[in-house]
Amino acid sequence: MTTTKHWTAVCSQNDLIADSGICALVADTQVALFYVKKQQAVFAIANHDPFSQANVLSRGLIGSKGDDLFVASPVYKQHFCLKTGRCLDDENTRIQAWPARIEQGQVEVLI
Amino acid sequence: MSKTKLVIAGNGMVGHQFLQSLADSGQLDNFEVTVFCEESRLAYDRVHLSAYFSGATAEDLAMGNTDLYRSWGLNVLTGETVTGIDRGYKSVTTDKGRELSYDKLVLATGSYPFVPPVPGHDRQQCLVYRTIDDLDAIAEAARKSRVGTVVGGGLLGLEAAKALTDLGLETHVVEFAPRLMAVQLDNGGGAMLRQKIEALGVSVHTQKNTQLIDDGEQCFHKMNFADGEVLETDLILFSAGIRPRDELARQSDLEVGERGGIVINNNCQTSDPSIYAIGECALWNGQIFGLVAPGNQMAKVAVSHLTGGSDSFTGADMSTKLKLMGVDVASIGDAHGQTPGARVYSFVDERAEVYKKLVVSEDGKLLLGAILVGDAEQYGTLLQYMLNGIHLPEYPDTLILPNRGDDKQTGLGVAALPETAQICSCHDVSKADVRMALDGGCCTLADVKGTTKAATGCGGCSALLTDLVNHELEEMGVEVNRDLCEHFPYTRQDLYNIIRIEEIRSFDELLEQHGRGHGCEICRPAVGSILASCWNDYILTEQNVSLQDTNDTFMANMQKDGTYSVVPRVAGGEITADKLIVLGQVAKKYNLYSKITGGQRVDLFGARLEQLPDIWQELIEAGFETGHAYGKSLRTVKSCVGSTWCRFGVDDSVGLAIDLENRYKGLRAPHKIKFAVSGCTRECAEAQSKDIGVIATEKGWNLYVCGNGGMKPRHGDLFATDLDRDTLIRYIDRILMFYIKTADRLQRTSVWMENMEGGLDYLRQVIINDSLSLGEELEQQMAHVVSTYQCEWKTTLESPQALKRFRHFVNSEAPDSNVVFVEERQQIRPATPQEKAEVEAEPIKLVS
Ligand SMILES: Cc1cc2nc3c(=O)[nH]c(=O)nc-3n(C[C@H](O)[C@H](O)[C@H](O)COP(=O)(O)OP(=O)(O)OC[C@H]3O[C@@H](n4cnc5c(N)ncnc54)[C@H](O)[C@@H]3O)c2cc1C
Ligand code: SF4
Ligand code: FES
Repeated sequence: MTTTKHWTAVCSQNDLIADSGICALVADTQVALFYVKKQQAVFAIANHDPFSQANVLSRGLIGSKGDDLFVASPVYKQHFCLKTGRCLDDENTRIQAWPARIEQGQVEVLI
Repeated sequence: MSKTKLVIAGNGMVGHQFLQSLADSGQLDNFEVTVFCEESRLAYDRVHLSAYFSGATAEDLAMGNTDLYRSWGLNVLTGETVTGIDRGYKSVTTDKGRELSYDKLVLATGSYPFVPPVPGHDRQQCLVYRTIDDLDAIAEAARKSRVGTVVGGGLLGLEAAKALTDLGLETHVVEFAPRLMAVQLDNGGGAMLRQKIEALGVSVHTQKNTQLIDDGEQCFHKMNFADGEVLETDLILFSAGIRPRDELARQSDLEVGERGGIVINNNCQTSDPSIYAIGECALWNGQIFGLVAPGNQMAKVAVSHLTGGSDSFTGADMSTKLKLMGVDVASIGDAHGQTPGARVYSFVDERAEVYKKLVVSEDGKLLLGAILVGDAEQYGTLLQYMLNGIHLPEYPDTLILPNRGDDKQTGLGVAALPETAQICSCHDVSKADVRMALDGGCCTLADVKGTTKAATGCGGCSALLTDLVNHELEEMGVEVNRDLCEHFPYTRQDLYNIIRIEEIRSFDELLEQHGRGHGCEICRPAVGSILASCWNDYILTEQNVSLQDTNDTFMANMQKDGTYSVVPRVAGGEITADKLIVLGQVAKKYNLYSKITGGQRVDLFGARLEQLPDIWQELIEAGFETGHAYGKSLRTVKSCVGSTWCRFGVDDSVGLAIDLENRYKGLRAPHKIKFAVSGCTRECAEAQSKDIGVIATEKGWNLYVCGNGGMKPRHGDLFATDLDRDTLIRYIDRILMFYIKTADRLQRTSVWMENMEGGLDYLRQVIINDSLSLGEELEQQMAHVVSTYQCEWKTTLESPQALKRFRHFVNSEAPDSNVVFVEERQQIRPATPQEKAEVEAEPIKLVS
């Protein structure tokens, strides 16, 4: 077990799908990656949906609520903030979120 | 305090309303209630009795039910008739030998159909039309008959005639008076109605006095008329008026009218103050009320009087509007102009077969009565003029003259109605009641209907109610925000029109020009669906992919554990043995759970994301196509085997089902669409519970629309009858495209219909009469969708780019470790969390 975080390359930029999500396996963790085209930004949050207990958040639809970018769970439709992992429908729920970036054609996650 | 012993004789519509009102009054506890119900079933909706012949069951019609009555603490005895009243001892006796004492007695015994005492009237196959048992007997007799005759050309007689035509009989109506509906209509109206009804294939014989019924030569009966003419028929239905059931009153010396009816006062008490009479058995001010609304009013008054209230019965309006064999007929107030000094306006259009007449007061200021035949749209407005004594416009004829071009019809604004104006007479709902419901939190028409019951009886008031609700909401400043979501200040319908007119082909383009933000899980799929309905491009193009729900993205249905189910199309439910074997082999190879769906195909569950392309590769090679089980689109066209195999079948339901399914497959819509086709009226395919239902008849196809199973079942409405195949398909093309154009997001056709102003009639106008001149356009739009169909799975398998998404991890071949199955009944099922904990998760390695 290591506590130091470092940027890990997880996939190529070409694997990203505009305004949609994919899932990467980083160590034993399932990470959902979203690419928001307008902002040319990539976001990383946990793929596990705490409401349905299924690993599916990468397959949800993304959108915005005011200034918050979110993904809506494809199972029971709760919204999770792409930046913070905060659940917009239930303040007691938060999933993990990691900083993510695109470096030289590679998608990297600080994990 | 000891409870008041309350006995009620009769559990018909009014008897039920009495019990309902008593329960509503909250005073049930003060009474010990016993109900005697002569019929074998509890109260049911007699007004809609004829629906029994177009598919409604006894359950559908039921109003009272045992559980409800039990929860009210009532003692209900079905199949038991009160046969005597002993007013001295205050007790009743029944045909079962029971004797029961009462403190208060309510007679709600209704009426019976009058059968003229013509010799032969009691022959076999001479029937009446009043109860469900009567209808069963009629259906039974009709099976042995070719010709049916109704005696009596009044309101009920014409309804009975409709039933006979529906049963497939050659139908005659014999009327003693010189015209149809003599009570409600004048000569002009009666003549117009006759013309319309004869055009529908019913023969009308007026001024016929039946003198003898005996054996026929070609048919079972021969009716001999006073003028020497005869009519042969197999079945006779008497509908020559009703007579109050006042036998109990007569026998116990209560006051009865000269021509029958139990005399009541304004409290609905008979000449014995402990005995009340309500409904069709009661005579108030020399009048019998043969409609349910006045009866219900009496029931409420009787309850009020029994519980110390002060309501009183002061008569009722007998205006009626109804549809007889598809013909609108309405009669309001003093239709015959019997008021001294009354003046008449009338309008006749023989080509359109419309007749309208207004009866106004001598000074021309007040409306006294009206008759409308062929077009009764102004019924609600005219009724309000009359009931509320609202002053007529300067030229009252504008109220009945056709509205051509741009001069505005002098309609009556709902704002002009006084608070007390009765909007719905069936349920006695006033304008004030509607406003109260809105103040109490109702915010849609459906809410108001649910709370007040307005417009849920005969339906005659629904247009008026809609106007009123909209008006009030507007007044209250409730801006009904129908924007799709925060990203688009438009309704779905607006967006549909924008996309069509501006030929917008992508979400980004639409968002840029008409929206803001990034979109969301509401507008993305909604716009995705509209784009697909309009242009029918492949749904997983780079531009479209981010609009699709996960089911559409992976063209499979995601289940609770994140795996998917696979449903190939089996058009019409017809499948070869070879294809069945392939399904079995695929299921076996990929270890999928198999289940037969309600839509007559096979659902294979438990496929992992990464398995989907391989599974589909095998299915497509075997000749399958995607089944769109995942889409808001056409699902299946269910069918029975039809005339090919079934000994009852009258047409090839499977063949039609396959053609329909192939025509509309892939059509994206606001919600899923299901069809069914039955090969005869036995309806084995349950077509009336589908969005589009088709039933074969001897002469073609009957089309039902906007039915639904599921959470809120709805019987489809009979839209058109005996259509040939081309017309049928043309109507379906138009209906579906009109639905796609005008429905809300995720609105099933059933709800779409319920919310449609003007309802079924309006839809018929648009589709059949092309009242919006949209017909051709809708057909062309459908033709485009049909000609651009592609199997999405086939396209996907040919695209390496699209296939990239079909793996759980972008950087690993490993499967999702959270997906765990256990075995049950020889197949897999998802493991419960507990079971998962027991299975040791295999460690997963990062491969790239
Ligand atoms: C085909 C048809 C269509 C109609 N359409 C319309 C319409 O469109 N609009 C409208 O307003 N009205 C319509 N009506 C009339 C409406 O149904 C009646 O006004 C209404 O049913 C009257 O209710 P009621 O309770 O007084 O009588 P009923 O509904 O006849 O109920 C009386 C009940 O009491 C029972 N009973 C009688 N005597 C005894 C006894 N001694 N002991 C125990 N039980 C007894 C009877 O068996 C019956 O079940 C229609 C009627 C028919 C038949
Ligand atoms: S609906 Fe008619 S044709 Fe079809 S299976 Fe049933 S009985 Fe036979
Ligand atoms: S008037 Fe009959 S439903 Fe309202």
